[in-house]
Amino acid sequence: MAEIQLKSLAHSYSKNPSGPEDYAIRQMSHVWHNGGAYALLGPSGCGKSTMLNIISGLLQPSEGEVLFDNVKVNELSPKDRNIAQVFQFPVVYDSMTVFDNLAFPLRNAGMPKARINAKVEEIAAILELDNVLHNKAKNLTADEKQKVSMGRGLVRDDVSAILFDEPLTVIDPQLKWRLRRKLKQIHEQFNITMVYVTHDQLEASTFADKIAVMYDGQIVQFGTPRELFENPNHTFVGYFIGSPGMNLIPVQRTETGVEFDNIPLIIHPDLLRHIDASTSSNIKIGIRPEFVYLSNTPSDDTYECQVNYIEDLGTYQIVALELGSRSLLARIDEDQMIEGDTVYIGFPRQWLKLYIDEFLVEGVAE
Amino acid sequence: MNKVPNNKAWWLVLPVFILVAFSALIPLMTVVNYSVQDIFGPGQAYFVGTEWFEEVLGNERLQASLGRQFLFSAAVLFIQIPLGIGIALMMPTTGKRASLCLILLAIPLLIPWNVVGTIWQIFGRGDIGLFGWGLNQLGVDYNYTANTGDAWATVLLMDVWHWTPLVALLCYSGLRAIPEAFYQAAEIDRASRWAIFRYIQLPRLKSVLVIAVLLRFMDSFMIYTEPFVLTGGGPGSSTTFLSQTLTTMAIGQFDIGRAAAFSLIYFLIVLLVSWLFFTAITHLDKQK
Repeated sequence: MAEIQLKSLAHSYSKNPSGPEDYAIRQMSHVWHNGGAYALLGPSGCGKSTMLNIISGLLQPSEGEVLFDNVKVNELSPKDRNIAQVFQFPVVYDSMTVFDNLAFPLRNAGMPKARINAKVEEIAAILELDNVLHNKAKNLTADEKQKVSMGRGLVRDDVSAILFDEPLTVIDPQLKWRLRRKLKQIHEQFNITMVYVTHDQLEASTFADKIAVMYDGQIVQFGTPRELFENPNHTFVGYFIGSPGMNLIPVQRTETGVEFDNIPLIIHPDLLRHIDASTSSNIKIGIRPEFVYLSNTPSDDTYECQVNYIEDLGTYQIVALELGSRSLLARIDEDQMIEGDTVYIGFPRQWLKLYIDEFLVEGVAE
Repeated sequence: MNKVPNNKAWWLVLPVFILVAFSALIPLMTVVNYSVQDIFGPGQAYFVGTEWFEEVLGNERLQASLGRQFLFSAAVLFIQIPLGIGIALMMPTTGKRASLCLILLAIPLLIPWNVVGTIWQIFGRGDIGLFGWGLNQLGVDYNYTANTGDAWATVLLMDVWHWTPLVALLCYSGLRAIPEAFYQAAEIDRASRWAIFRYIQLPRLKSVLVIAVLLRFMDSFMIYTEPFVLTGGGPGSSTTFLSQTLTTMAIGQFDIGRAAAFSLIYFLIVLLVSWLFFTAITHLDKQK
């Protein structure tokens, strides 16, 4: 078990990267603490798998350092890093039985036979593989193969960390949920550092204590699921986390506040100071659909809006609105009634976020 | 509902049947025909039943030749299969060096068989051949025309040079077909080089190895041209293999009946051993 530290890490697959767009991972630093259950969340192609392969040692980073417990491991092979990794698609050694597959990493480490048997049986029971334990791995179903793949990582309880690269992609939904619970249990039982790569926010938040959201080769936010939801650090986090994602509207500075499409918005004076301190014209405000205030009657801080359509999703409703030329979404309770085509919406101050150059600004400006 | 049998479809098989008949059955039947007759000349053939077969099976010259033949094929397989796998494992996987290796490996396969025999015939000579002369200069008493051991070593060396590339190329293609993910998983599982070979590469080479073993067995068991050019079967009859014995019998001595019976037995042996190899390798790990 180890604390994994990435120091000024960057990676490019091309030999002579000419600009930031050539980098799969842009320069960044990050720490995965010992014993944590982490998710690495992001869209396809954002560099998640690259980062995992760099941590495990399958890939040499082009810049920066990887440290395990403050020891530089850049030059060490996965073997010497003592790290387990589970891939997106199952890899089973098909000439061996399930038992031999699970025992393989232990045998390679020279563990005594009695301990191997005990360990393999323990993991097989957790993964519900005991009834196929002595079958050839070749004849297993895709689900079972992936369980074997995962099992080979989980049997080793002395590893620095276990890395999962979207391990449940090929598994059907029912089993997916059970396996995720199992992983969580194993984590609680053995207290191994686990990093779980996924592009599914639900998967990330059920598995992990803390989620790192990756976008365009960078970790843009690292926090608990709640932090990511309530305080997205970057417009991408706002948009990617939550269902539906955050409403983001480009705005301009006016004398008293900000506006878009000649609709003035009143925001906190501290935030205005941020805008004044910045030279950027890329200013956006963001508000989660959950926090949009919606009423059938006008009041002081509300804006009149067109209702485009209402989507009833059973336990809640999504209301698509039009304010100026902008489309907005609001999420309201199942029992709240919308009358007519016009509603009045408000943006509660504590939930109205300001983004300059896509990053969140908060508090008092210098 | 009852199915109405329509046997007219059998006519569709006819073209294949005719083709196979002309390519295999009819020529084979002429041999069968010869093997049960004693032919003195045109119009002078007498039916002799299984006499030739009995005679051939008890013939000591043939038995000795068969023994040499098995020994040779066994040596060929024992050397060429592991060597071919070894070469394939050491070859570069990508880039110009890989292409260069492939070309170099393929060269011996492109040389006509009697030219291969001639190359080694000269190469091994003590007076003008680099190999023979070199060995003699090093103080090794090497003479493949006089010494049985040297003759065997030279024939084997020639065959290894000529045909190991085939095994290597087959294995190389088999190795390239193994997805990178397996090596990554093995590396993560901390597998040793040997464990990677034993549990990942070898099992996945099985199908190409079946082909390699069968091809090398059949070719080596029927070898004719190269040793004939190199040693002429000598010294004595120490490198006279089955094909040469057969040819001498059929053409040299015009002993058609005996040669025909012998051919059939030869054919059956090749068939039987190939079947044994095939069955053994494909059933190697078929439990469960």
